[in-house]
Amino acid sequence: MGNALLQYATVFMLTIFVGIEIIAKVPSILHTPLMSGSNAIHGVILVGSMTILGAATTNAEEILGFLAVILAALNVVGGFVVTDRMLEMFKPKAKTPKAGATSEVAK
Amino acid sequence: MSRGTLIDLLYLFSATTFVLALKGLGSPKRARHGNMLAAFGMLVAIVATFFRPVDGHAMYHVPLMILGIVIGLVVAVPVARFVKMTAMPQLVAIFNGVGGGAAALVSITEFMHIKSTHPATYVALEVLLGVLIGTFSFAGSAVSFAKLQELMTGRPVTYPGQQFINGIVGLASLVTIVWVLVSASQTMIWVLLGLAAVLGVLFVLPIGGADVPVLISLLNAFTGVAVAASGFTLGSNLLIVAGTLVGASGLLLTRLMSKAMGRSLGNILFSAFGANVTASGATERADGRSVRSGSPEDIAIMLGFASRVVFIPGYGLAVSQGQHVLRELADLLESKGIEVFYGIHPVAGRMPGHMNVLLAEANVPYEQLVEMDEANSELQTADVALVVGANDTVNPAAVDDKTSPIYGMPIIHADLAENVVFLKRSMRPGFAGIENELLYNPKTTLVFGDAKDTLTKMVAAVKAS
Repeated sequence: MGNALLQYATVFMLTIFVGIEIIAKVPSILHTPLMSGSNAIHGVILVGSMTILGAATTNAEEILGFLAVILAALNVVGGFVVTDRMLEMFKPKAKTPKAGATSEVAK
Repeated sequence: MSRGTLIDLLYLFSATTFVLALKGLGSPKRARHGNMLAAFGMLVAIVATFFRPVDGHAMYHVPLMILGIVIGLVVAVPVARFVKMTAMPQLVAIFNGVGGGAAALVSITEFMHIKSTHPATYVALEVLLGVLIGTFSFAGSAVSFAKLQELMTGRPVTYPGQQFINGIVGLASLVTIVWVLVSASQTMIWVLLGLAAVLGVLFVLPIGGADVPVLISLLNAFTGVAVAASGFTLGSNLLIVAGTLVGASGLLLTRLMSKAMGRSLGNILFSAFGANVTASGATERADGRSVRSGSPEDIAIMLGFASRVVFIPGYGLAVSQGQHVLRELADLLESKGIEVFYGIHPVAGRMPGHMNVLLAEANVPYEQLVEMDEANSELQTADVALVVGANDTVNPAAVDDKTSPIYGMPIIHADLAENVVFLKRSMRPGFAGIENELLYNPKTTLVFGDAKDTLTKMVAAVKAS
């Protein structure tokens, strides 16, 4: 059991560094979609919810497990759909020739 | 290869897609693909889980699982698809909250399940952390939702003895944790769940509406940590990786956001920002200074003589759904040879980047959106700065009033332009609840009314001239 804990702790430590490294250079306009996207990713708790419901042997476990599955499903589905809707707005547009709107003062 | 190994490999695949997705979300071009990749990885993990053996038998209650997921789909898809863009922040808050709640339930149920095997103390500790952080995030998100949805006041809620009460509840939680560690009492875990919910509410109450987005980002990170704690309890690498990724990147993101607001995280969380409303709400103040107001037609004439116009949009524009009319006005002015661009404050709207999303929805060309620093250098040569539904983000008090709660926040210097025009619903102060000196500046003209109505009238007037 001690070995398993050590293995999980190793994964945990290394993932902290990955998590920090990966978003270090995100432009501020993407902060909201990034937050929303990571919100969807922690919806992976659905896998945990399914696991406890699948192992449930008492009524109490069944009820709590079922409730957890519903909440987690809301998190994962809502999270991805909202993020996609936000990012839809960032679709690349055809460049217009008057791109210099901000680059120089009108002469 | 055994079925268990195959499923673990699929989980590894999912974890990899999550890392790549977060990476993709950092660039405008790849962001959407990144999100879809994560959704695909999630689907793989969920389908694989149906076939996973637990405690040496196949999954029980599979129909119930499917029912739960279907309920989630039926509720979440329409809500996420059709809620107005302006309501995005509270939507993220509520979806984050339910995730935290799920993590707390997973931890507590797993503890009930393995209780008879007398788990080690560290297992109890993992459970306690999952319950504490997950429930805290759930309750905090619920209050954030209520604040953003304006079901309750967006102002900081303070009361005498606040610190003392917070301290008592915090201490009680700590005692409960120690109690459970010593006695492995299941009842006390439920007590902790209750205390964590109270803590979550107490923590969020004194935080002002304008700061809630930063708070949601923090609670998002907390849910990640709660998921990671559940992962330790269940022995799931997938949950540990996904939860930790969100926790670590979420904490960093929260810091980046508070930096964009020019304040420290501690200041945002603990200073009950904007509690003292100094604005009088009248058009004339005790010292006799008054504001100048004009009609949309007056402004249309002013715009007609300009050669350079800067729009400074804020949350009020989004609320009135006026972004399409604003773009129409911009197109009209451009067709008359007037140069137009939008100065975007990093925290305009209610979340960083929120305004970009709203304007992109109205098909505003990306090139016309100028970030704060560039907007400030352009404003010196602008004839008109048209502030549409923004207030705090152009408040000069952030620069010259050391006593102001927003002192130090970077602002868009609308006051540098030749003329300043505010489209406002009323004299009410902005979201932060602070008086704006710029409204009383002699070069400022105010147009009262709904932003969309006013803009529509201005478009008609510009067309007529």
